[in-house]
Amino acid sequence: MLGCGFADRGFPVNHRAFSGRWPRLRAELGRRSVIGLPFGWLLLFFAVPFLIVLKISVSNAVLAMPPVAPVLIWGHDRILQIHVQFSNYAFVLADRLYVAAFINSLRVAAVTTLLTLLIGYPMAYGISRTPGVWRNVLFMFVALPFFTSFLLRVYAWIGLLGRSGPVNGLLLHLGLIHEPIQLLQTDFAVYLGMVYSYLPFMVLPLYASIEKLDLTLLEAAADLGCRPTRAFFAITLPLTREGIFAGCLLVFIPAVGEYVIPALMGGPDTLMIGRVVWDEFFANRDWPVASALAIVLLVILSGFVFLLQKVQAQAEEAG
Amino acid sequence: MKSRLSPFVLSMLIFGFAFLYLPIFSMIVYSFNASRMVTVWDSVHSPTLAWYLELFGNDEILEAAQLSFRIAAVSATGAVILATLAAFALVRYRRFRWRGLFGVLTTAPMVLPEVITGLSLLLLFVALEQWTGWPPGRGAATITIAHVTFCMAYAIVVIQARLATVDRSLEEAAMDLGARPWKVFMVITLPLILPAIASAWMLSFILSWDDIVITSFVSGPGSTTLPQLVFSKVRLGVSPDINALATILVGLVSVCVAVAGAVMMRTERRRLRDAQIATGAH
Repeated sequence: MLGCGFADRGFPVNHRAFSGRWPRLRAELGRRSVIGLPFGWLLLFFAVPFLIVLKISVSNAVLAMPPVAPVLIWGHDRILQIHVQFSNYAFVLADRLYVAAFINSLRVAAVTTLLTLLIGYPMAYGISRTPGVWRNVLFMFVALPFFTSFLLRVYAWIGLLGRSGPVNGLLLHLGLIHEPIQLLQTDFAVYLGMVYSYLPFMVLPLYASIEKLDLTLLEAAADLGCRPTRAFFAITLPLTREGIFAGCLLVFIPAVGEYVIPALMGGPDTLMIGRVVWDEFFANRDWPVASALAIVLLVILSGFVFLLQKVQAQAEEAG
Repeated sequence: MKSRLSPFVLSMLIFGFAFLYLPIFSMIVYSFNASRMVTVWDSVHSPTLAWYLELFGNDEILEAAQLSFRIAAVSATGAVILATLAAFALVRYRRFRWRGLFGVLTTAPMVLPEVITGLSLLLLFVALEQWTGWPPGRGAATITIAHVTFCMAYAIVVIQARLATVDRSLEEAAMDLGARPWKVFMVITLPLILPAIASAWMLSFILSWDDIVITSFVSGPGSTTLPQLVFSKVRLGVSPDINALATILVGLVSVCVAVAGAVMMRTERRRLRDAQIATGAH
């Protein structure tokens, strides 16, 4: 077999070409830059920024640009002073408004995840059971909204739900209501917008895992007299839980921090943490509090991911 | 597959697709509505192309669209180059130092709430400007860097999946004949993963073109992208020319997706046929 010594170096190595010292050095350099370039980029533009958010979250707000007091200061006596304060966290965690925003965001995200799962699972199941070319076509129709502007799809609902919009018109026509009702800027509108926007994120991973399901298992169950409903809960559901976990993760985490939908479809009293961070940052220009909120959100979400992975690992062991 | 769809699954399928597509269709229909009231159908003067004409006369929108297009093209290209390297590192160099961290960094941008990513990137740019003087203020450059960072994660998933299925015996053969790694990559590996690179580029382009939250954090005065413009318009109230804009964009994306789908299906068919010929020859 080729490339015994360099088996993990990407390409199998021809020993004739790599007998000299320089080519070997060049290969090592190539390997270093293949890893180093994307790694360096992500470190600089994704990992380091979190350290800065962490730093800002423990500093004082001042009236300047940037509106933050430095953490490290060289004093007149040439002693490095470190100005750290955790009052931003105390403030965030003690304030009823922020706590309510966190709880409300988690609730909205949880309900959204559940609803997308309930609608998405039968859809994904149906698509994977559709024969031939039609399956690809349906799959593409699920992916298409994913590619069309998120903002414009939310905008479409704003038009539909307006006071003189088609939804109110239809309800009036059917005689279910006697005067237009307020649909926009309600919690209902937020849930609708969230489920609508995140549905493709649920269907796509579900479809990927349901499609892989071995159908002979279901046939065997049916041959042995198992009813379809029971076969579904005993076989299909457990075997597709990877897709369920992936879908829930892809919906829940971004949904907790969602900003656009509550801002456009929710009322002024729709408290969600993404919106609160945004307002603290842009409207109040309180960078330290915004940073502290972001860090708390990050901690909550990491805890959630950790928990989900643990549950998944346990399920894997059990199943 | 002989099993038929149960009535429940079929009705959920119909309901789901109706739910996904009715709003989009309503937007398309209302884009031809003559009434200035977005949601009231003026049956006397409709259908009309007035909003489309107004759209093409609106310099603000055209400028924003141009900026968005430039940013999306550059970001997608940068993201795909970095993602190809990253996918290569993840698939081929199975073990290297800090691989765990690398794995987390390549997937986290996909799920992290955009508000957090946007905030942290802005704070980085402000800190960098303080320390090094670069970037001078915020604008198209900082938006592009931010977009490359989050598009990269999606592009890695697409390219990685393809790279993992590439048959390595071709590369080994080329190596055996004395080709250098770089040449092997350009002549053999790259053509094999090109379809994945193309779809990763398209996906990145659309994600960048669409982004609003991260962009709002890292953009500066004088660099308003199309989603930012739409967002501020929608906040002020619905305006009918947005319907026309949406219709054009939905049309463009549909054509792109349909073409990509057709190409994918054709290559799949060709691959199947080649496989049949290959097994037939044995």
